[in-house]
Amino acid sequence: MIGNFVSTRFNYILGWARKYSLFHYPFITACCGMEYMSTAASHYDWDRFGTGWTRFSPRQSDMLVVCGTISHKLAPVLRTVYDQMTEPKWVMAFGTCTVSGGIYDNYAVVQGIDRIIPVDIYIPGCPPRPETVLDGLIKLQEKIQKQEQAWRWKKRK
Amino acid sequence: MEKKKVIEELKKKFSEKIKEVSVQFGDEILHIERDSLLDIVQFLKDKPYSYSMLLDLTCIDYKGQEPRFEMVYHLFSIPNVQRLRIKVGLSEKDLRIDSLASLWKNANWLEREVFDMFGVDFKGHPELKRIFMYDGFEGYPLRKDFPLRKRQPRIQMRK
Ligand code: SF4
Repeated sequence: MIGNFVSTRFNYILGWARKYSLFHYPFITACCGMEYMSTAASHYDWDRFGTGWTRFSPRQSDMLVVCGTISHKLAPVLRTVYDQMTEPKWVMAFGTCTVSGGIYDNYAVVQGIDRIIPVDIYIPGCPPRPETVLDGLIKLQEKIQKQEQAWRWKKRK
Repeated sequence: MEKKKVIEELKKKFSEKIKEVSVQFGDEILHIERDSLLDIVQFLKDKPYSYSMLLDLTCIDYKGQEPRFEMVYHLFSIPNVQRLRIKVGLSEKDLRIDSLASLWKNANWLEREVFDMFGVDFKGHPELKRIFMYDGFEGYPLRKDFPLRKRQPRIQMRK
């Protein structure tokens, strides 16, 4: 009983810590990158919401921000970047291109990055406005808070 | 140098090789025979015409017509501030043309692009291989008969 209580509280605290220190890796390939920049830079400043550091190494980051068109030529690269990230990790699909392929329904473009890697939050828009992105970010944080957290000594069910 | 004069001298020198001269949007278009491309372009590149800049080189697919493909070259003369367009028809059965990579360095990559997208074979090109699409891609995606949604993934898709 008390063990359950402790582990639930610990789960809560971990979730709280994780949602407010989302080191992110920007995987930017196209025009959505501009909107990522304006969201991340001082004007909209998503650091206010705890998306602190931009790590340019997938091994040090918790959130993969995929901005822009992903072509079939690039798909293995994105897959490798995702595989290199350490747990826990979340993926944000930023812009219509990453959500569904967007306006590019042709031979070259992957129709949504969820065909390559699992996605936690979808942000539509071509490109999405920074407010939309912040809204998506807060939704992702809510999701992280509610999630079952994993930690090293946790008993596996 | 007047543009009219350039065309006149071209006609004088390569009379039987030039099929037609037309004007569109104020720029002349030369329709020429395939085998004379290198000679004509070299002639234009030399002084006094000095069409020394290759602005662009591309291909068009007119499916259902003969010749099906058409190569388009855009030349620019810096001293005379003039543009010239050269068009060469290519039939589907014999999709070959001389490479301009020996005359202009930028033709190298432009021709690789045309090879990648249309499958035109450039004679004398130093390194003719795909530039945009990956190795193992089959077909030429900008041809009109390439299926629009035919995708060739490189890795296993999740769904
Ligand atoms: S969703 Fe729109 S803005 Fe974003 S990468 Fe695609 S085309 Fe560009």
